[in-house]
Amino acid sequence: MVGIDEQDPAVRPKGPVPPRRRTQRVPAPLLLPAGAGLAFLVLPLAGLVYRAPWTSLPRRLTEPEVLTALRLSLQAATIATGVCLALGVPLAWLLARVDFPGRRIVRALVTVPLVLPPVVGGIALLLVFGRRGIIGTWLDSTFGITLPFTTTGVIVAEAFVAMPFLVIAVEGALRGADTRYEEAAATLGAGRWTTFTHVTLPLVAPGIAAGAVLGWARALGEFGATITFAGNFPGRTQTMPLAVYLALETDLQAAIVLSLILLTVSVTILAALRDKWLTAP
Amino acid sequence: MTDVRIEPASGPILDAHLVVDRGAFRLDLRLRIDAGEVVGLLGPNGAGKTTTLRALAGLQPLSAGHITVAGRDLDRPDRRLWTPTERRPIGVVFQDYLLFPHLTALDNVAFGPRRHGVDRRTARRRAVDWLARVGLHEHARSKPRQLSGGQAQRVALARALAVDPLLLLLDEPLAALDARTRLDTRAELHRHLTEHPGATLLVTHDPLDALVLADRLLIIEDGHLVQEGDAATITAQPRTDYVARLVGLNLYRGKADGHTIHLSDDFSLSVGDPLHGDAFVAFPPTAVALHPHQPDGSPRNTWPATVTGLQRHGDNLRVQLAGPIAAAADITPAAAAHLQLAPGQTVWAAVKATETRAYPAAARQVTTPAASKDS
Amino acid sequence: MTRYGIRAALAGLAAVLVVGAAGCGDGDSDTGSGAATTGGARSAAVSGTVTVFAAASLTESFTQIGKDFEAANPGTKVTFNFAGSSALANQINQGAPADVFASAAPANMKTVTDAGNGEGTPTTFVRNQLVIAVPKGNPKGITGLTDLTKPDVKVALCAEQVPCGAAAKRALAAANVTVTPVTLEQDVKAALSKVTLGEVDAALVYRTDVRAAASDVDGVEFPESSSAVDDYPIIVLKNAPNKAGAQAFLNWVLSDKGRNVLTQAGFQAP
Repeated sequence: MVGIDEQDPAVRPKGPVPPRRRTQRVPAPLLLPAGAGLAFLVLPLAGLVYRAPWTSLPRRLTEPEVLTALRLSLQAATIATGVCLALGVPLAWLLARVDFPGRRIVRALVTVPLVLPPVVGGIALLLVFGRRGIIGTWLDSTFGITLPFTTTGVIVAEAFVAMPFLVIAVEGALRGADTRYEEAAATLGAGRWTTFTHVTLPLVAPGIAAGAVLGWARALGEFGATITFAGNFPGRTQTMPLAVYLALETDLQAAIVLSLILLTVSVTILAALRDKWLTAP
Repeated sequence: MTDVRIEPASGPILDAHLVVDRGAFRLDLRLRIDAGEVVGLLGPNGAGKTTTLRALAGLQPLSAGHITVAGRDLDRPDRRLWTPTERRPIGVVFQDYLLFPHLTALDNVAFGPRRHGVDRRTARRRAVDWLARVGLHEHARSKPRQLSGGQAQRVALARALAVDPLLLLLDEPLAALDARTRLDTRAELHRHLTEHPGATLLVTHDPLDALVLADRLLIIEDGHLVQEGDAATITAQPRTDYVARLVGLNLYRGKADGHTIHLSDDFSLSVGDPLHGDAFVAFPPTAVALHPHQPDGSPRNTWPATVTGLQRHGDNLRVQLAGPIAAAADITPAAAAHLQLAPGQTVWAAVKATETRAYPAAARQVTTPAASKDS
Repeated sequence: MTRYGIRAALAGLAAVLVVGAAGCGDGDSDTGSGAATTGGARSAAVSGTVTVFAAASLTESFTQIGKDFEAANPGTKVTFNFAGSSALANQINQGAPADVFASAAPANMKTVTDAGNGEGTPTTFVRNQLVIAVPKGNPKGITGLTDLTKPDVKVALCAEQVPCGAAAKRALAAANVTVTPVTLEQDVKAALSKVTLGEVDAALVYRTDVRAAASDVDGVEFPESSSAVDDYPIIVLKNAPNKAGAQAFLNWVLSDKGRNVLTQAGFQAP
């Protein structure tokens, strides 16, 4: 056959090839803005840390209201993320894989909670799920369920604002996934649902995890929708952001301390997430 | 495991007439494969090989025609019969293997049996069995990214065979391997294919794969069959440029008039076999001799040619020639040096009539399947 | 980056730019110093911009007062920053440029004067009293504080840390009534909105708030409110860019014209 003969010594390299020295220098046009971006994000944090009354931190940390608010925050954010996963992953799959009419509009609608001011989101939730809301009245009369001013209401508000993060992240992951694996699964006898659970989901798991982390962080910090829809009551609906805001009314130092507690807890949890769970194999 | 048993005496496993319209491209191919038979599908890029395979696998619906496996229609558009991929009794080895990256080799191979309703223990045992048969039982717990190309190929084969498919489809199974591995893997693959009781369709562009692995060859170009037969027939009498190049021959078509074939208004060749009418003439590159001047003597087939390319070809040199006919000539390096060959140089090419082979082009020598139930 | 990554990034960038632009133009624009006027003559001739930081509950009344002031003093412009009193106090102490500060509670005023940012001593210019706000028509038939303890009545109170919450606490203590609210709102307008939205059956808010939202809510007076009255102090700030204007505005507020507007809104004389 014509072509390059791989056995030809003229073509085959002689001996081990010395590695070319590549100094891993970051190009300046990237380094400067990156540094500025980092400073922009970190400096306010540093300001908080610098002005914090560290001596009062241990005392405040053990105040029952603080612990209650912290526990409520973590629980609500986690459950809200669970809700986002249960509803958001199928929605993301729909947007990524099924070509239905109006898909672009639906995708745009999914991002609405991102641009809506959270308080407005809370009002919107009240208009639908509130005591006089379209669905709220039905829920109340049929099941006796009321959402405003309950912990469930907190979860609903947080899920509302966190959902777009998850859907967008998962849709991106699904679009990037290789559909040929799904074809391979079909040739081995897997139906659509089995392919989804046994092949697609494991392949996009890192993308889902990343979306869930984003959603969780967003839910944890949510304030406007929560206080508008679920109100504020210690132990039931007073999450850390609400506690911080109210502390701000009378005691700036207390507010700073509470903020730092929330920050420390969430940063610890996020830092503990291993890189390999969040990046594709 | 599939619900249809293989009955050796009751007709072919695969009986298909594939018609697929994809924009400007149209595939129209009739296929028939018996139990235990390995059919090789060869063709240049864009000929429709992949479309054929995907249609059989159910990844591409037919526009017309039918696919019948073991007497059951899997796809027959005019009767609205369609079986989705997952319910077809097939096994596919993909060009890129497509081993599930999140599963071990063992789980990959057990995947198929599990989906066909086999319980976990039995599926694992079957997977272990198959991995042993392809010589990879120590790699059962490895993930695909830890396997070499050759190993991945064997796992892919085991995975496809573990479901006992009636129809095994292989898409360029050795294309992703380097030359050395390909050699060993080809021999292995041949053994497994011979042992496989079902029908096998092997899609490839490598003639060596086809020659070693297939019992029968189908050559397609531009969506339709151009030649069919066993390796020997095809090698002896190629019918298209592609096939000729495949088997390494110079091929021309013209009008035969006894011992002369007129290839164009001002060029003809003398051939050994007398013929009349539309005909092919072929000769290997080794039959072409090059001279600095017009030679005297017995060769009556001589022409002036210009050298357009030089390549190494094994121990010899292959010279590409332009002229009244384009041709390839194999000569020794010594002869090339003596002629001081270089691109652009004019030489005289000569071919002995006895070294040419001529055969009729008129009747399409393609074996058509006996009339089967089709549209 | 996926198409969505880019789109989301652009959307975020656009949002930041819009918010930045919106935030920049707020309130503290040009503060022409009052010294631009004629040197001698009347000290009553006032011009330039007067920046007033006032509690949210003064929104309607002060806006009206501002208009009256501008009409009487051509060449002046009054810009307002209405927010929760403690947020305003914080901003002033962090150096926000303001001329006048009107607080809904003495405590927040104290934060400002303690930091040395006030000019002279604060003056109490009005008082505000609590009422029970109920949806229009009083569907649950609330008549007094004790009705708020009924199990089927949902009540919204202000959080203790805000003035109206502290006042509510005092009132309930005086009445010896324990109310379990469903929510403790962060400002009085939020508590009121819960009533207008129909999410709660009653809220303890100021009389001025009920007057301002008269079309949506009704007010139910209760006797114990007299023990929970909020004094509203006002002061000119030490670092006021327009001291003359500030003083003139303050005088206007304390004058009959100002007092009229405030009483109309439901405030009481100090």
